[in-house]
Amino acid sequence: MLAQPFTLAHVGYMLNGVLWTLALSALAFVFGGIAGFGVMLLRISRFRAVRIASLVVVQIVQGIPLLVILFAVYFGLGIFGFQVAPIIAAGVAMMIYSAAFLAEIWRGCVEAVPRTQFEAAECLALTRWEALRKVILPQAFRLAIPPTVGFMVQVVKSTSLASVVGFVELTRAAQIINNSTFQSFLVFGIAGAFYFAICWPLSAWSRTLERKLHVGRH
Amino acid sequence: MKYKFDFGALAEYWPQFVDGALLTLEMTVLSTVSGLVVGTLVAIGRRSENKLLSRLCGAYVETVRNTPFLIQLFFIYFGLASAGLRLPVVVASVIAMVFNVAAYTAEIVRAGMDATPRGQLEAADSLGMSLPQIYWHIILRPALERVYPALTGQYILMMLSTSVTSQISAEELTGIANNIQSNTFRSFETFIVVAGIYLLLTLILKAGFWGLGLALFTRRRRLGTSL
Repeated sequence: MLAQPFTLAHVGYMLNGVLWTLALSALAFVFGGIAGFGVMLLRISRFRAVRIASLVVVQIVQGIPLLVILFAVYFGLGIFGFQVAPIIAAGVAMMIYSAAFLAEIWRGCVEAVPRTQFEAAECLALTRWEALRKVILPQAFRLAIPPTVGFMVQVVKSTSLASVVGFVELTRAAQIINNSTFQSFLVFGIAGAFYFAICWPLSAWSRTLERKLHVGRH
Repeated sequence: MKYKFDFGALAEYWPQFVDGALLTLEMTVLSTVSGLVVGTLVAIGRRSENKLLSRLCGAYVETVRNTPFLIQLFFIYFGLASAGLRLPVVVASVIAMVFNVAAYTAEIVRAGMDATPRGQLEAADSLGMSLPQIYWHIILRPALERVYPALTGQYILMMLSTSVTSQISAEELTGIANNIQSNTFRSFETFIVVAGIYLLLTLILKAGFWGLGLALFTRRRRLGTSL
């Protein structure tokens, strides 16, 4: 078998993969964020049982590799008789994974808001929901931005695992090209460079935001 | 929907599950230890006065932290193979894992080192301690103690990411699961069992690291203070 030469068309194919990587990342982040927000509310619930139950669920998700979650979702949805498109399976698995991590990140931010703010809100006769919405969350939001942007990097990198269920994003595209050109260093080097080009600005942005946050505190 | 769960079909495969879990643990321990050593050296290099060395270490850390582990694994395994160096999958996997986790370790350890109070460095200097002595007693050991929780968290994440090495057909837990599910056609059950085993490994590692922390950092226990 003859190896194909590596051409610009291959780079174009990888760029197409970049688009799908971005699409899957956005999907995972948006739906994971919505679910994660819900889980975060459960984690700070007034009821001990709810707090513990949500803690256990989060710990379970964080104690299983994303790859295994992905396979379980892929085969799990399959047995319910759905013909699952790879993007659905990958999207659901990534959503579960992101929700668990975002919930913990955001809970930390909410708990970092001084307790006295809760108490003051209570003194003003705000209901718990009003206190959260008008007093606590706006302050927690400011704290949450840098780690959330940092987690986006994690999400983008994790989408590479979606390649295993046959979803043609950047990593899968690189694998396919590698199978025909055998230029592994070049192909995976370029794929890595694309990931770097997406992730590094996010990392840098997260660091800048963090610095700005700390300036205000001194 | 009519689906009958059948975990019984998996029962005869239990020795394979155990083998897979053991390989996962071995790979984790090996890359934790090597990753800690390499990562600490990189952290020291990053803090070096030598601009070139510091830049180089910084570039390495940023590159690894901003690309997926799967790509790094493929790059090392297939890249070296295409260059004529065929490594056994487990060796290639461990190399990739050390390459990966050392960068995260370096970043965490560096943060711990940077948190060393200036006064302690000046005190050490005025006691006539040499640079290696200062590094070992004043900077490194308290730094490791300070970042121990973050470090162990990272190593647990790394244990989970060993699953990725199944993609170059390493026969660790996930790789075993892939074999078993293609023999039994009990895919969902297989991955539920494997998820359970990973959860167990996570708990074991957490407990192990907690115990190790108690054994290593006796000062904190004696004084009851954090650094």
